[in-house]
Amino acid sequence: MSGSADRLPRLLALVPYLMSHPGAQVGEVAAVFGLSEKQLIDDLQLVWMCGLPGHTPGDLIDVSWDGGEILIDNAETIARPLRLGIDEASALLVALRMLAASPELAEVRGDALPRVTAKLERAAGDGAATVSSQVSVDVDAAPDALPRVREGLTRGRRLSLRYYVQGRDEVTPREVDPMRIVVVDGRAYLEGWCYRAEAMRLFRLDRVLGVEVLDVPADPPAGAEPRDVTAGVFRPSPTDELVELELSAAGRWVAEYYPCEQVTELGEGRLRVALRARDEDWILKLALRLGDTGRVVSPPDMAETVRREAGRALALYAHQS
Amino acid sequence: MSRRKTERLLNLVICLLATRRPLSAEQIRQAVPGYDRDGDEAFQRMFERDKNELREIGIPIDVVRDPWEDEPGYRIERETYELPEITLEPDEAAVLGLAAQVWQRASLAEAASGALLKLRAGGVATDQPIGTGALELRVDTRDPAFPALWNAVRDRRVVRFDYRGAGSESVRSRTVEPWGVVSRSGRWYLAGYDRDRDAPRAFRLSRIAGQVATVGRAGVVEVPPGVDLRAMVGFPDEPSDERVAVVRVRQGACEGLRQLARAVRPGDGGWDEAELAFTDPDRLAGWMASLGADVEVVGPPDAREAVIRRLKGAMA
Repeated sequence: MSGSADRLPRLLALVPYLMSHPGAQVGEVAAVFGLSEKQLIDDLQLVWMCGLPGHTPGDLIDVSWDGGEILIDNAETIARPLRLGIDEASALLVALRMLAASPELAEVRGDALPRVTAKLERAAGDGAATVSSQVSVDVDAAPDALPRVREGLTRGRRLSLRYYVQGRDEVTPREVDPMRIVVVDGRAYLEGWCYRAEAMRLFRLDRVLGVEVLDVPADPPAGAEPRDVTAGVFRPSPTDELVELELSAAGRWVAEYYPCEQVTELGEGRLRVALRARDEDWILKLALRLGDTGRVVSPPDMAETVRREAGRALALYAHQS
Repeated sequence: MSRRKTERLLNLVICLLATRRPLSAEQIRQAVPGYDRDGDEAFQRMFERDKNELREIGIPIDVVRDPWEDEPGYRIERETYELPEITLEPDEAAVLGLAAQVWQRASLAEAASGALLKLRAGGVATDQPIGTGALELRVDTRDPAFPALWNAVRDRRVVRFDYRGAGSESVRSRTVEPWGVVSRSGRWYLAGYDRDRDAPRAFRLSRIAGQVATVGRAGVVEVPPGVDLRAMVGFPDEPSDERVAVVRVRQGACEGLRQLARAVRPGDGGWDEAELAFTDPDRLAGWMASLGADVEVVGPPDAREAVIRRLKGAMA
């Protein structure tokens, strides 16, 4: 909220904040409002120039920040913040309803969620209640693995997983030190240090086929940090091989499903995409799955591998079952 | 916005909140510094713009027309301006903090943090972390169409956009009365009334091509009472006509398939036999083709044919 267009709404929140937090420190208030201390002082200087009509010293808002401690006076007219806008209240209400439906939160939330939702609805008014009922985030059903994964997390124990990797159609055993549960778009993942990959990994909970809590304390290496999932859960490595595919309209789902580095429309719904292949087997399986709805353009030897493997598979069908 | 203008607007808000009687434009011109030095016409234009800007950030300005006065009067009513008193218990505040994080960096992030800031300004402590730091919830709204559709739903306004149906070779313009937007399994959908098809329809946001335009005035769209948005974008829970495919599986391969199979019988010559439930032969064929020369679909015949078609397609 540091842009100049946001300045008036910010000032209308800043004054009530200072009224309800007398003696607050400059640094602390700047952090709450996402400002530098210099920007905050500039705001205070502006507020100090404003006040009731007449604008005699007795009408103006009185602000001081001696020794970094902010005191405000004579600002009763705008002592309460502006009410929540429809977008603001709806954003929180939609999120609260999603939390209410999330099985991952069942133990943490108790009955605080319905209580705070009701209070917010009252404060927000009808408009926001209506809009927020028209926007919703559906949440997957509780995966079977959830209770044990949570047990591992709260007790700080290593987990032994049997994990299904769809792209390779493999089930692999993994030992994982659990670090947190991440729910992205209604789908739950376990994030932790994977001893098989020797790296941080996210595991989709609905693909965990079995889980055991081991009698070993979780002990991830120092420096193992959860990843920022803001940009999406799948994050192929930039060192993975870049593969180019041409997709027909029926194969466009690939561009929706996997992060592509380049997407070019070729007309009639066809696309050319470039994406990072995690490994050769993954791209081979994808190309075979696509059939005539997509083909590998480059690298050329990958295209050849796909044809050869399709030929080997077809040979199985040459006899009559 | 210039500093001078911010100052003028803040003084205007204070002036309109403080007055008991509605003030005429001329009275406001006298009372608020920054208006006084301009000519009549310049003042009128400036005052109009200022009122609009205040309304845009959600400040309700009352216009009072008194039959005994020529000019309308203006004021801001305290009860409609102010955030009502709200007090939260620590556990409630913690949940609210978690809710505000959901949108972090998504298109509603600013609205959510703005709301939180107002609540804090009103004396609500919202900064306690929730019980465990071991939980993070996120919603993505990367589809470029999301902000426009959110606004359309909020303003009850008809929209028009180009849309590519699943697997379709062309885009078609659709005119839709938006009833809501729903995220399901990580994808956003618009649910509404499709005026071209004359029927309720759901649209995947990622298949909207280009800009979303609004059509006509706000407040036009009526959401039918009792409409179930989630059901509109949902898939049927009970798969219809589930069938069973018999598949030969190379020994030592296809662990995943074996886990998901209904039954696996050991066979000879290096192959086992598995039974897989399926509904759509084409979907099954995609999966089976992806496994290459490690599986052979024995039957039923339509599933076997579908796999052969896929593999021939991959050969081409």
